[in-house]
Amino acid sequence: MTHLPLYQQLLDTCAALLLLLSFAMLSQRRVVTLVNLYAVQGAVLAAATLLLAWRTGEGHLYLSAALTLALKVAFLPWLLHRLIRRLEVYWDTEPLLNVSGTMLVGLVIVVFAFALAQPITLLASTATRSAVGIAVSVVLLAFLMMITRRKAMSQVIGFLSMENGVFFGAMSASYGMPMVVELGVALDVLVAVLVLGVFFFQIRERFESLDLHHLEALKEHE
Amino acid sequence: MELLLLLTLPVAGAALLGFIGAGRRAPEVNALLSLGTFLAACALTVRVIRHGDLLLGDEQFFIDPFNVFLVALTAFVGLTTALFSRPYMRVELEHGRLTPGRLRLYHSMYQLFMFTMLLALTTNNMGLMWVAMEGATLSTVLLVTLYRTPGSLEAGWKYFILCGVGIAQALFGTILLYVAAGKVLGAQGMTALLWTHLDAVKTQLEPTVLALAFVFLLIGYGTKVGLVPLHSWLPDAHAEGPTPISAVLSGLLLNVALYAVVRSKVLVEGSLHSQLPAMMLMGFGLLSVVLASLLLWRQRDIKRLFAYSSIEHMGIATFAFGMGGPIANFAALLHMTVHSLTKSSIFFTAGHAAQKTGTQTMERIRGLITLSPTVGWGLMLGSLAILGMPPFGVFTSEFLILTTAMRAQPWAAPILLAALAVAFAAIFSKVQPMVFGETTGRRLPHPPALLPVFAHLAIVLLLGLYIPPYLAEWYRAAAHLIGGP
Repeated sequence: MTHLPLYQQLLDTCAALLLLLSFAMLSQRRVVTLVNLYAVQGAVLAAATLLLAWRTGEGHLYLSAALTLALKVAFLPWLLHRLIRRLEVYWDTEPLLNVSGTMLVGLVIVVFAFALAQPITLLASTATRSAVGIAVSVVLLAFLMMITRRKAMSQVIGFLSMENGVFFGAMSASYGMPMVVELGVALDVLVAVLVLGVFFFQIRERFESLDLHHLEALKEHE
Repeated sequence: MELLLLLTLPVAGAALLGFIGAGRRAPEVNALLSLGTFLAACALTVRVIRHGDLLLGDEQFFIDPFNVFLVALTAFVGLTTALFSRPYMRVELEHGRLTPGRLRLYHSMYQLFMFTMLLALTTNNMGLMWVAMEGATLSTVLLVTLYRTPGSLEAGWKYFILCGVGIAQALFGTILLYVAAGKVLGAQGMTALLWTHLDAVKTQLEPTVLALAFVFLLIGYGTKVGLVPLHSWLPDAHAEGPTPISAVLSGLLLNVALYAVVRSKVLVEGSLHSQLPAMMLMGFGLLSVVLASLLLWRQRDIKRLFAYSSIEHMGIATFAFGMGGPIANFAALLHMTVHSLTKSSIFFTAGHAAQKTGTQTMERIRGLITLSPTVGWGLMLGSLAILGMPPFGVFTSEFLILTTAMRAQPWAAPILLAALAVAFAAIFSKVQPMVFGETTGRRLPHPPALLPVFAHLAIVLLLGLYIPPYLAEWYRAAAHLIGGP
């Protein structure tokens, strides 16, 4: 039996936690809990980044971890909680597919994701390359969540979780992206959530609900 | 210097209009800023023609014939649209469809949108290109919902979510590119995402990873190009937003997204030595042409009709880039140019027609020629141009694409031809009664100023009759860069 160094074990634990959190989000219908799960996912991501930064001594990874902590653990969840309170959306309706069905589809997706990640894993030279499969899984599971949910708020959290997956992928395959790009991405995510906030109020002002079935009028006519 | 001006003018403009965008003179300021941007783009173009490719700002910006032509086009249509929106948005304000606050948002975001597109075009960094593309979506979401009608909110939501998810895929593709490049270029860091560096080592990049990256990039940016089956946001966003935004979305944003796809294709093709990227582009392109031309029949809203026509034309250009080679690339670039000019002019007239008659439903728009000959003729000529009637430029590019297809991909030529015929019948049968039908309405007292429309159509006509040698040279250089079999 091969012995993995401690930091490697910790990183793998982080990766496993991320996947677990993705599944938890998939099954969760309480919007407040969903936001909390998203915040925890951000925290795990920040921890993994920090660990990697310490291990590789790459300065920009420290910055990136700080950015994750500030944006995804503190600011965005705070903003989303505020939105939830102001808009009073606490529960999502029954998803299009029931929870156990979604879970089964999720399992198939994970297997598929690992197959997809195979060539990347072979190419990457990072210590964390085995986690690429998990990153792809997180992206695809978030995608599944967006497809199966009806409430705008849950879809947004799915979208944000997808971004987490992409970010983790970048980290495990190549120790993150160049700083300029990472800053740009963070800025885009931040603006996206702010735009959404404005947007939610517009939707509610018009429909007095955030249920997306109101937004299905523009089907093809006839 | 030109580049600095090109990029800072719109940003400064966005900030300025954020304060005074609701003022009485704001539309003029908006047009003036766009004029400045256009002049900067012209200066940049002249410089690239004289001195060849430019690498600026610590290699972060790269200008070659391929993107400088799109920069010039983007700045030009940006200017004419700003001119068009000046009277148009005033009328919307008078009709009470807008408040001064929303007009301020509109003006500010218009400039920001121009900035993101110009940044996406000029940057050499694939990561920054991604950031700019996402920025382009974000700056227009609130413009699509400007009227706050239920329809526009739905359109905005769809636009946001679909393009957001799409662009997340593109980010993943960009990361894969970075991983593959890091392996070859050694140094992790900025250089591994610079297109010029990637281009230099493209033959050594790991093929399987690049193939995977291309799939993600194509799905991501393809969503913004409006390729079927990722197109469903496009007709909604075009139909529900204000007309100037429909014009720039259709005429410019789709081009910029296609530019991103083509840049990725050049890299992947160099690494792969296989037909995969070409086949994928041809497949998606053809599917878009066919499906869009069939869906044209079912449209009742004038702006939706022309939105589907945009999907069709982007499909044609994508197909041509898929075929590759000097002639097809040349034709695709020409097609991007003439489509952008024609389609924006059509949206201008369609917007006026809808404003005058108070509806976007085609069955209720009748006899434009009696109501206002300028609008009527503008719509008719624009439609004939977009349908590929000679002597307009769209005919030239479609003719080149079709003849190349007959030679290089004989199986596709009949499908393409049939789809074009279907699209012709669909659009012509809907436009004809709108222009020449019976109407009870009275002739409008004064004709609307449609100078931008006729300026665009004149250029399209000119390109159909005669392509100036320096322009042809320019297209040829760009076509050569894109390469292909």
